[in-house]
Amino acid sequence: MPEKFDAIIVGAGPAGTACAYELAKAGVNVLLIERGEYPGSKNVMGGVLYRKMMEEIVPDFHKEAPIERPIVEQRFMMMDKSSAITFSYKGMEWATEPYNNFTVLRAKFDQWFAAKAVERGALLLNETVVLECIVEDGKVVGVRTDRPDGELRADVVVLADGVNSLLAKSLGFHKEFRPDEVALATMEILKLDKKTIEDRFNLEEGQGCTIELFGDATKGILGTGFLYTNKETLSIGVGTLLSGLIKHKIKPYELMEYVKTHPMIRPYIQGAEPQEYLAHLIPEGGYRSMPKVVGAGVLVVGDAAQLVNAIHREGSNMAMTSGRLAAETIVAARERGDFSEAGLDGYRQQLMGSFVGQDLKKYKDATHHFDKFPQYFEQYIPMMNRAASQMLTVDGTPKREKQKKIWRDIGPAKSKFKMARDIYRAWKVMK
Amino acid sequence: MLHIVACIKQVPDTKIIKMNPKTNTMDRSSAPAILNPYDAHAVEEAVRLRARYGGVVSVLTMGPPPAVKAIRKCIEIGADEGYMITDRAFAGADTLATSYALTKALEKIAEILPIDLIVCGKMTIDGDTGQVGPGIARRLDIPPLTSVIKVAEINPDERYAIVHRKLEDGYEVIRSTLPCLLSVEKDINEVPYSTLPNMLRAARYEPHIWSVGDLKDIDRTQLGLKGSPTIVSSVWAPQKPQGGAMLEGKPDAQVSQLLDVLLTRKELFEAASGGGVS
Repeated sequence: MPEKFDAIIVGAGPAGTACAYELAKAGVNVLLIERGEYPGSKNVMGGVLYRKMMEEIVPDFHKEAPIERPIVEQRFMMMDKSSAITFSYKGMEWATEPYNNFTVLRAKFDQWFAAKAVERGALLLNETVVLECIVEDGKVVGVRTDRPDGELRADVVVLADGVNSLLAKSLGFHKEFRPDEVALATMEILKLDKKTIEDRFNLEEGQGCTIELFGDATKGILGTGFLYTNKETLSIGVGTLLSGLIKHKIKPYELMEYVKTHPMIRPYIQGAEPQEYLAHLIPEGGYRSMPKVVGAGVLVVGDAAQLVNAIHREGSNMAMTSGRLAAETIVAARERGDFSEAGLDGYRQQLMGSFVGQDLKKYKDATHHFDKFPQYFEQYIPMMNRAASQMLTVDGTPKREKQKKIWRDIGPAKSKFKMARDIYRAWKVMK
Repeated sequence: MLHIVACIKQVPDTKIIKMNPKTNTMDRSSAPAILNPYDAHAVEEAVRLRARYGGVVSVLTMGPPPAVKAIRKCIEIGADEGYMITDRAFAGADTLATSYALTKALEKIAEILPIDLIVCGKMTIDGDTGQVGPGIARRLDIPPLTSVIKVAEINPDERYAIVHRKLEDGYEVIRSTLPCLLSVEKDINEVPYSTLPNMLRAARYEPHIWSVGDLKDIDRTQLGLKGSPTIVSSVWAPQKPQGGAMLEGKPDAQVSQLLDVLLTRKELFEAASGGGVS
């Protein structure tokens, strides 16, 4: 006779673990199943963890969680082949409590977070793959794992199985994602001593900096690169839509090498020793790619529900919030004894009413727009760089002459009109 | 009914461990801690014997608190109970001190339920000595049966065991009285993918944890670093073999070339200085 739990959560990433934590806290008998050797062993992100959403689950977590550095500066580099225009915001309000965000290494952080859920009473099962949901009379009633005697029962199953969510797919909640709905990110962790990191990134002891890279970092393919400071390592990576890699016939590791040897990046990472190489898909289809997130006896959270805001590189925070909201819905459903689709629909409503749904809606066309019109990354960023170079190079040319040159660089009237239209369009999808 | 105790150890995964190039010692933080692979076969054999003859499988380990993970792994394989002795006093033990501490713990386990059979892995992958099993057997004054590749029969009533021991050119069949201690080779069995009920049991399992104070009649001078006469005076990496020649041509020609070499170059048969621990 298969064992029965109140709730089974598949996947111990930020969404699944947040859900397990909240359910255990409410006294629900919850099982968290992870396919990796330990939570975090298979999880990847660039490394920015937002304080607010984590704190809503574990107050004051930064005092004990394995965080790397609180971020005090966020830089944005618009790159051409051998130049960059950099915007930055640095604020000392981010250097003290309550902080804004932190860099983390997921292998460490996820392990810690899952241990907190276990402390609260969740049962964690590692190295076990859930093959499918058990469906009876149109209702999910449990899961089947890859282990002998591997069936389990539950009132409700939460799918937190990540970007490709095979489980949600097999329930018919979504189709196979298209290459323009997912990004492929590769990253490396490079070892560098503390003092050198702080010197190179203009930081005081313990503080952190993030740099987002646009334009030539991805060779003009829609996507971004990043360079983040950890305690004694740097995280460097690049992520582009899968469709872009296919179209440009570029292999992810070639792009990674290109970023690492780029003259704007090379000095930051000089002498740093590669420690780890990671790669992962990121769901970037946004609002329009969201699957069905509620069914009878089943909820979908985190990456599995495509909850990523690609424009603001937010994902883990959305995952945690979705996990928390799923837990709240389950607790309420238990009180009513109603795990039907209607009984669990509160999760969908809560999610879409929260910043998660609101932000996804706001940027619902953004990724698609920039994918459809590649000129932003391919042409306009290099153009900005040439303009800056023109204006800031002192060579005896009168400034009015320089302005004319920049204006001519845009091209004939047709191109100028096109650019104006593109700017308007970009404003429209981002507003 | 049999009570089988498997002695196990958590070790760094030496397949991926890095060596400290200055001291030639293992950098234990560079590799994850795993259940010693030979020990997994020992536990599996104990579980199989339980299936054949009925009984209880216990596992015993000595180690720092995180070694609980290795015990859970054994529960996943199917062990019933896990015992762990952990104490600063045990730290730095060589095989002599380790077998003493484990023997004391085994005596305590035997008070809970008399032991019929002790099973150990052939050796650990971090120490490579294979001494602890026989060390325990000597202290308990029971027969040690090493290099076991098959347990043919256990007779709990007539108190004997028949096992196959691996030899260089075959195997020998040995009958021993019970209780006895087996140290098993990897080929004795295959450890299957653990069942889900075992996985759940392991996830929930809390082992029995004892410190020095919990063990009876213990002579503290025989524990840990104090009780360890082994001294590692130096460690060096083996020299990489250099030179060498490649024989080419048709098989016949290669054979005659090889014969020439064998007959003329006697120095090849003199003992070469290898690397290791002294």
